[in-house]
Amino acid sequence: MAFVIEMLDITKDFPGIRANDRITLQVEEGSIHALLGENGAGKSTLMSILFGLYRPDSGSIKVRGKEVRITDPNVANGLGIGMVHQHFKLVHNFTVTENIILGLEPRKGLVIDRRRAAARVSEISRLYGLNVDPDSRIEDIGVGMQQRVEILKMLYRDAEILIFDEPTAVLTPQEITELMAIMKRLVGEGKTVLLITHKLREIKEVADSCTVLRRGRLIGTVPVSETSEERMAEMMVGREVNFHVDKAPAKPGEVVLRVEDLDVMNQKGVLGVRKLSLEVRAGEILGICGIDGNGQTELIKAITGLSPIVAGRILLGGVDMAKSGIKERVEAGLGHIPEDRHRHGLILDFRLSENLVIHAYARTPFARFGILDFEAIGKNADRLIEEFDVRCAQGGATPTRSMSGGNQQKAIVARELDRSPRAMVVAQPTRGLDVGAIEYIHKRIIAERDSGKAILLVSLELDEILDVSDRIAVIHGGRIVGVLDAAKTDENELGLLMAGSKKEVA
Amino acid sequence: MANKRNAVLVPLIAILGGFVLGALVVLGTGRDPLVMFSAMFQASTGINPATGGYNPRLVGEFLVQVMPIMLTGLSVAFAFRSGLFNIGAEGQLIAGSTASIGVALFVHAPPGLHQLLILLAGMAAGGLWGALPGWLKARFNVHEVVVTIMMNYVAFYLNNWMVLKVYGTIDGIKTVKFPESAVLRDSFLSSITNGSQFHWGFVPVLLAVAVSWFLVEKTTFGFGLRAVGFNKEGARYAGMKVEASIVWSMAIAGAFAGLAGSIITIGTFSFGRVLPGMEGYGMDGIAVALVGANTAVGVFLAAILFGALKAAQTIMQVNSIPKEIASIIQASIVLFIAMKLGIDYLLARLSRKAERADGEGSKP
Ligand SMILES: Nc1ncnc2c1ncn2[C@@H]1O[C@H](COP(=O)(O)OP(=O)(O)OP(=O)(O)O)[C@@H](O)[C@H]1O
Ligand SMILES: [Mg+2]
Repeated sequence: MAFVIEMLDITKDFPGIRANDRITLQVEEGSIHALLGENGAGKSTLMSILFGLYRPDSGSIKVRGKEVRITDPNVANGLGIGMVHQHFKLVHNFTVTENIILGLEPRKGLVIDRRRAAARVSEISRLYGLNVDPDSRIEDIGVGMQQRVEILKMLYRDAEILIFDEPTAVLTPQEITELMAIMKRLVGEGKTVLLITHKLREIKEVADSCTVLRRGRLIGTVPVSETSEERMAEMMVGREVNFHVDKAPAKPGEVVLRVEDLDVMNQKGVLGVRKLSLEVRAGEILGICGIDGNGQTELIKAITGLSPIVAGRILLGGVDMAKSGIKERVEAGLGHIPEDRHRHGLILDFRLSENLVIHAYARTPFARFGILDFEAIGKNADRLIEEFDVRCAQGGATPTRSMSGGNQQKAIVARELDRSPRAMVVAQPTRGLDVGAIEYIHKRIIAERDSGKAILLVSLELDEILDVSDRIAVIHGGRIVGVLDAAKTDENELGLLMAGSKKEVA
Repeated sequence: MANKRNAVLVPLIAILGGFVLGALVVLGTGRDPLVMFSAMFQASTGINPATGGYNPRLVGEFLVQVMPIMLTGLSVAFAFRSGLFNIGAEGQLIAGSTASIGVALFVHAPPGLHQLLILLAGMAAGGLWGALPGWLKARFNVHEVVVTIMMNYVAFYLNNWMVLKVYGTIDGIKTVKFPESAVLRDSFLSSITNGSQFHWGFVPVLLAVAVSWFLVEKTTFGFGLRAVGFNKEGARYAGMKVEASIVWSMAIAGAFAGLAGSIITIGTFSFGRVLPGMEGYGMDGIAVALVGANTAVGVFLAAILFGALKAAQTIMQVNSIPKEIASIIQASIVLFIAMKLGIDYLLARLSRKAERADGEGSKP
């Protein structure tokens, strides 16, 4: 079998860390090749080298047997290599077509031939079943669609080798199924797919072979059909991983967080949450599950104070906080792991140590008389980095932007759990995390529960909801349509409720 | 990694590019570019490289040029750290100057206290002039660029009206002389610089640089400011008062510019003026902030550079080199900075070439 891509003995250093240490990756033509590894193992780095974003310090790359020097993404494009990044790179007020042809505009005389461009885009879209409307604006379409635009962009440039960096981290389960189908269609047409993902199930479902990295080193490449999920997890973490969370039954106390008859407007200016009520007790985890876009985001933002409410009450320890500012809520003991880590959770241009005190920087020991104590801030960072195993090249001084996606998420989780607030809104806490980190984060959330904290968990991952929650509230159309005992329900029952079939509120 | 290095390299390359371009233009007019460089050297050190003669007056005049643009540079840079583009340093400076004239003429106080009051008045007026667009931005999301530009004109006409109609002039363009207690010039500073206009204004200017650095880098206030500047939504999530931060940052930026107005009024001059037109300190401030990468230290250095360019103009003219060359150099430095991406790219290419050469060299 011929290899389309051979990356041989690739090494890449960043300040303070060897991100890739003599890694060899060989990819067969027409296959789906998965890349698996812990957060910060060097997956994105390796793929960025293949796409010409970074230059390796040593090692060589062969494309279709010929040694090449991929000095920048244009060279990669020329070789038929395309990449969909972990965070998309689209122009938001441009249309789909405009984004796709950017830099390669077909011309008629001096003007751009939009008609021809749009026709070509539609044609490719139809061929691979992408279902993209070429004329809608990026800002008006969802994440799943935006990702398809990125795929179209590659195909428009005649890419033969398609790199996907954690494409499913931002997708809903429905969209994931569709993406898997698209990938299969792509290889069916003779393309080659390189897929980075932390979800072993996805690898099992679509990939032919899987290369595992750990701390910058190659652990091995295995045929997926002959390797179990457990084995792959073990290869990547270096120990056995417990997929199911062990926890004692909850001992719920008094109600800490109570939401009453909440109405919240969504972005389109209609009620996204309607007359929603729920309560979370001390020492329990209430999971909210539902299909994406059924009011979860609005609910989170209303409770945490990021958006105003129309009507209702939000009681924290019996005090109505519905009109309070974010600062007051934080001080009253509300924690928040936000959905969108780049928009809300982090100041990417700050150092890691600064991000870890973003709520507490004005208080002792981090400041005295309005003057920051960088030593205390640094010590705090050292402690959290150690405790939560945040992989960062230069400790607290690491620029947050340079950290791997999963480690950025770990930093947020570390900060919020460490504050140990009495009530906590936890949204998609393990998005983009490796299985080892997921196991640890789940343990910590449960430990918070056991110490008597009230936790509201919002997640699109049914497994996570079922594993971690004590009770599960299903949200549909902005309302809670059912509250179930997590131990006595399953995916099927939840699935029905999520789709909108009625059930009496327990 | 490379980014930090480039933050220093890019301005240096831009400055180099500006000077090379300036030299080419001088060549184009048929003169010797070396004369231009020697003029700059002479203007900033006082030493005439041709004769070896030393005239400290030149140093004094050079420092007088540096002071106001260092402050307007700080003003623009400070606002920028919280994500705001302050085009209004000019207007804030004029507002500060107008308030200072009033206090200089109508408040009676012993020397020392009088100057202090004048400087405070200038800072307060400039601060208000900055706070208003800040508030409009925070409260109604009106873009600060539009508002600050408009407020430059308001300040300008208000200044002329105040000086003409409220303070009163002796000849239609200037007020009576300020009392001795109000001015920053003194015979000692003048005597050690051979009769230049050098004045005590350098003390508040240096203090301002230090305060700005301290505020941004060391205080909780600066932490919030930088957070807002980098990511407003992220700052809001963390419970920071984004609106207050914006208003304060514009107020402080305005105070720096207002201080520049005071220093010009009671340092360079000793009477109130009806301004014939805007004097361009605000624009110079933008250039200084840009070249200084919006840091206090960078602004300090960039202001010295641009001050030297300004100071060299007279000497250049004496040597029959058009003084506009200095502006051309300043403008092209700014242009090169704006081409940062291009320079980054070039640097990356160069270091790659070097790497490749290394790599090939070491191959057996
Ligand atoms: N531009 C950069 N500058 C400095 N360090 C970097 C840079 N990019 C990555 N790193 C470091 O290199 C290591 C590997 O990062 P990489 O992004 O490749 O990890 P990853 O395997 O993709 O992880 P994740 O699953 O969390 O996305 C990390 O420790 C990261 O901090
Ligand atoms: Mg990654």
